Amino acid sequence: MSEPTPLSNLAAGARDTVPMMVGAVPLAIIYGALVAAGPMALWHGQLMSAAVFAGSSQLIALGLVASHAGLLVIWLTTFIVNLRHMLYAANLLPHVAHLPARWRWLLAVLLTDETFAVMTGFYYRHPQAPLGHWYFLGSAGGMYVNWNIWTLIGLLFGAAFPGIQSLGLDFAMAATFIAIVVPLLVNLPRLAAALVAGGLAYLWRDLPYNLGLLAAVLVGVLVGISLSRYRARGGATQEDPA
Amino acid sequence: MNYALMIAGMAAVTIAIRAAIFVLGDRIMFPPLVRQALDFVPVTVLSAIVVPMVVAPHEAGLEITWRNPQLVAAIVAVAVCALTRHQLLTIVGAMAVFLVWQFGILS
Repeated sequence: MSEPTPLSNLAAGARDTVPMMVGAVPLAIIYGALVAAGPMALWHGQLMSAAVFAGSSQLIALGLVASHAGLLVIWLTTFIVNLRHMLYAANLLPHVAHLPARWRWLLAVLLTDETFAVMTGFYYRHPQAPLGHWYFLGSAGGMYVNWNIWTLIGLLFGAAFPGIQSLGLDFAMAATFIAIVVPLLVNLPRLAAALVAGGLAYLWRDLPYNLGLLAAVLVGVLVGISLSRYRARGGATQEDPA
Repeated sequence: MNYALMIAGMAAVTIAIRAAIFVLGDRIMFPPLVRQALDFVPVTVLSAIVVPMVVAPHEAGLEITWRNPQLVAAIVAVAVCALTRHQLLTIVGAMAVFLVWQFGILS
C-alpha cells in the first residue's frame, strides 16, 4: 500500500461513510418534500440543511412547525435532541485536541451520528493516525455534501408535485419517526419512556407554546431513568446476596 | 413565524453543542445522570410528536377507530419495523397502507 497522503485519507474517509450516506438519502428526500409541502419556503429548507445539518432535529422542527410550536420550544427541543453530539465530541476529543483551532471548529460543526460511528471505528483501528483529521473531514464533508444534495432533490420533488400533501405526506413524517423509534425500543425502560412521553404529549397537547411536548419528554425521561435504576438495583441484589 | 430566525437559532444551538468540547477542551464534564437522561431523549421526543399526530390527526378529539387511516398505518408501521428492523421498508409499507386505507377502503 502506498504512503497515506491528506488526499488519500480524505477519500478513504468519504468512501468508508458511503453506506451511511445511502442510509441518509430517504430521510433527506422526505425532509425536502415535507418542507415543500409545508408553510416554509424552499430556500428555508436548504438553509436548514446547510446551517443546522442535523437530520433528526430538522425533521422534528418541521413537526413542531406543523403543530404551531413557538420559537423557544423549537430551539429548546433542538438543544435537547442534539445534546448527544457533546458526548460524541468528548469521546473524539483526545484525537483532535492537538489540531489548530480552525480544524477543530470545522470538524465540530460537521460532526453527526454517522461520522461519530465511522470515526470511532477508525480510531479503534488506527490509534496513532497523524492524518486522521483528513479522514474525519472526508467522512463529515461527504455526509454534508450528500445531505444537502438529497435535500435539494427532495425539495424539487415536493415542489414538482404540489398536490402531494393532500395525499397525506404529513403521514410520511409519522412513518419516518416510527421507523427511527421502534429499533431503539430494545429494553423496558426505553419502551416505558416512549409510551409515557407519547401519552402525555397527547393529554397535554393544548398547553401554550407546545410546552406540553417538552413536559411529556421530561416525564418520559424521568420514568426511563427511574426504571433503569430500579432494574439495576434489583439485578444487583439478585446476583449479589451479600 | 420568522423561519429564517428559527433556523438561525437552531444552527447556533447545534453549533454551540458540537463545538463546545472541541474548542474548549475537556473542561466540560457530564454527570452520569445527564448521560443516562440523554439515552432516553430520541425515543421520548419522537414518540411525543408521533402519538398526538396519529391518535388525533384532526387536532380535535381522540380517533381510536379503524376509520382513522393514520392510526391503522402507524400500527402497521410499528409491526413491520419490529419484525424487520428495516427503515425504508417500514416507511414505504406504512405509506402504502395509509394511501390504500384513505383512498381505497374509506372512500
